[in-house]
Amino acid sequence: MKVLVPVKRVIDYNVKVRVKADGSGVDLANVKMSMNPFDEIAVEEAIRLKEAGKADEIVVVSIGVKQAQETLRTALAMGADRAILVVAADDVHQDIEPLAVAKILAKVVEEEQPGLVLAGKQAIDNDMNATGQMLSALLGWSQATFASKIDIEGDHALVTREVDGGLQTIKVKMPAVVTVDLRLNEPRYASLPNIMKAKKKPLDEKTAADYGVDLTPRLEVVKTDEPPARAAGIIVGSVDELVEKLKEAGAV
Amino acid sequence: MDFALTEEQEMIVATTRAFVERELYPYEAEVERTGRLDMDVIRDIQRKAMEAGLYAANMPEEVGGAGLDTLTWLLYEKGLGRANYALHWTGVARPSNILLAGTDEQKEKYLYPCIRGETWDCLAMTEPGAGSDLRGMQATAKRDGGDWVLNGTKHFISHADIAGFAIVFMATGEEDTPRGKKKLITAFFVDKGTPGFSVREGYRNVSHRGYTNSVLEFDNCRLPDSQVLGEVHKGFDVANQWLGATRLQVAATCLGRAERAFDHALAYAAERRQFGQQIGKFQGVSFKLADMAMEMKAAGLLTWEAGWKFDRGTVTEADMSMAKLKATEVLAHVADEAIQIHGGMGLMDELPLERIWRDARVERIWEGTSEIQRHIISRDLLRPLGA
Ligand SMILES: Cc1cc2nc3c(=O)[nH]c(=O)nc-3n(C[C@H](O)[C@H](O)[C@H](O)COP(=O)(O)OP(=O)(O)OC[C@H]3O[C@@H](n4cnc5c(N)ncnc54)[C@H](O)[C@@H]3O)c2cc1C
Ligand SMILES: Cc1cc2nc3c(=O)[nH]c(=O)nc-3n(C[C@H](O)[C@H](O)[C@H](O)COP(=O)(O)OP(=O)(O)OC[C@H]3O[C@@H](n4cnc5c(N)ncnc54)[C@H](O)[C@@H]3O)c2cc1C
Repeated sequence: MKVLVPVKRVIDYNVKVRVKADGSGVDLANVKMSMNPFDEIAVEEAIRLKEAGKADEIVVVSIGVKQAQETLRTALAMGADRAILVVAADDVHQDIEPLAVAKILAKVVEEEQPGLVLAGKQAIDNDMNATGQMLSALLGWSQATFASKIDIEGDHALVTREVDGGLQTIKVKMPAVVTVDLRLNEPRYASLPNIMKAKKKPLDEKTAADYGVDLTPRLEVVKTDEPPARAAGIIVGSVDELVEKLKEAGAV
Repeated sequence: MDFALTEEQEMIVATTRAFVERELYPYEAEVERTGRLDMDVIRDIQRKAMEAGLYAANMPEEVGGAGLDTLTWLLYEKGLGRANYALHWTGVARPSNILLAGTDEQKEKYLYPCIRGETWDCLAMTEPGAGSDLRGMQATAKRDGGDWVLNGTKHFISHADIAGFAIVFMATGEEDTPRGKKKLITAFFVDKGTPGFSVREGYRNVSHRGYTNSVLEFDNCRLPDSQVLGEVHKGFDVANQWLGATRLQVAATCLGRAERAFDHALAYAAERRQFGQQIGKFQGVSFKLADMAMEMKAAGLLTWEAGWKFDRGTVTEADMSMAKLKATEVLAHVADEAIQIHGGMGLMDELPLERIWRDARVERIWEGTSEIQRHIISRDLLRPLGA
């Protein structure tokens, strides 16, 4: 079985995000970028499926600016076999919306015929949580979201999902789109020997035009704001005072 | 000239950094508090470092290392250097390159177990009476029958307590030169447990908690010929030819810690408010940051350039001394200023700054003191002029 894993290049989760002066978005100029952490988990799961003999090829796809090539190389260095870069933007600030990404991925799926698409549940930059779901709708495939455990058994997959208040296990027919959650696994490091080998693995470069997908944004960003600053704390002198303050704040 | 890092180098930097932050940082406070390593923790770090291909990555590929070029190796050293020294030196060990100089039997016995993380090496040159002037060493190895008999004392020997063996340099004779008598030095492998060889706990010191040093005593310690590393009387030649760019390694690890201290200082300057504004807005603070950043960059460029030249065979002794000297002094300066920018908080062990400041001190002493580095640099300048 072939597994397709879409990976997105996003602002590194350690970077302190700054809003651009005009409020149009987050400043990404000269900012450290990395693979979306949920996508890293998806890549790791694909590698584990391969190690367990349940998958035989892992293809990673990234859609965005040319620099997303670095993200793909990281996935190759972790253990993916092959990469496809779909250049769809030349400005790092241009985000491709989930629907356009899903449409491109649907075309890639058509070409590649994977048995499983493993995607991150969301990208940590815009937190859309939509691409995987849209892709499954476009393909008419089963979907399982927020996976914290995946067992492939023949033409079915048992997927444990993290839902409000607990875990739910569902059985989905393959081929399927599965989006992964934080607790599915702990991604491995791109090991030094594999980093050296990654350069030799194939990386195909395409453009959005190759797939005939319209990238015109359908959403308009009205405003981007810094999160409100945390108000300074106070030190209370006694339990009574604490209760008093909590009452004042309407917390008890 | 191309100053850009390759994609591979970027990834190696990222992996090393992620590893250090996730696998080493969590244990730092404990090592600092107790001054010792929990060997179960070390075994666990070793296993993970091997999986990530970081363990013994300084070694060539043929023997199980990563086969990095010198510049890439230094970038990796810089990443490891951010963490507590004892943790990275033991958990992500880089066995001494001199082990590559051994015979096939010696490699089986000493090199491979180090690369597999089964043991550690240590290197013993310094004596109470011979530090900078190593040729002045008093410890001797004398021929007796077909064997060698070792006598004398070595001190300040790093991590000899956990090492399975020592590579020991001993005076084995004298030769006449135009400038008088000169000692001949030979290197030996000495196993722990060899009769006449003992390792005593060394001194407690201000830098690198958990990273021990020991006193090695040799009392009629008898060794067969097979324990000689390289050629008899050619110990320093073996060291010069095989030890590699250890001064650049010191420089790179110092750059890692300087950067860590700087990151804290920069973030604090932007966050801490006094007199109604961020302290970074006061020139007294902001100019410090400017100098720190510039000095780190200068030290980095000296180090990377020397590493780059090392592989091309064009590096000079002065190049390596400049990098070591500059990086160690920059670390001292940056650590001190980072504390200053934090005010009283900089001194508290909540933050890694007080120890980066303490740890900086040894760097100007080991691997050749700052004075010895200046001596090497100035000698390179003056010698051609006959001075
Ligand atoms: C924590 C620690 C770990 C160490 N680990 C090891 C180890 O694993 N193996 C090992 O073999 N050694 C080790 N060393 C020894 C280290 O290499 C020496 O400390 C160093 O070479 C300096 O020697 P010394 O301490 O004897 O100082 P000295 O050589 O006595 O120097 C004293 C002072 O005189 C100055 N000086 C000396 N000669 C000159 C000169 N020609 N011109 C100008 N100034 C000069 C020095 O710069 C210094 O300021 C370690 C040292 C320390 C502190
Ligand atoms: C061990 C210890 C014991 C202490 N004991 C006591 C005690 O018993 N009682 C007590 O009341 N306090 C005590 N202190 C507090 C001490 O007086 C403060 O640490 C000191 O006044 C500095 O304040 P701060 O640490 O908050 O640093 P900050 O004032 O936050 O300074 C941070 C940095 O900003 C710089 N800075 C701040 N303002 C300006 C400016 N306008 N222009 C340029 N630079 C500026 C500072 O120089 C420093 O580099 C103690 C501190 C320590 C470390």
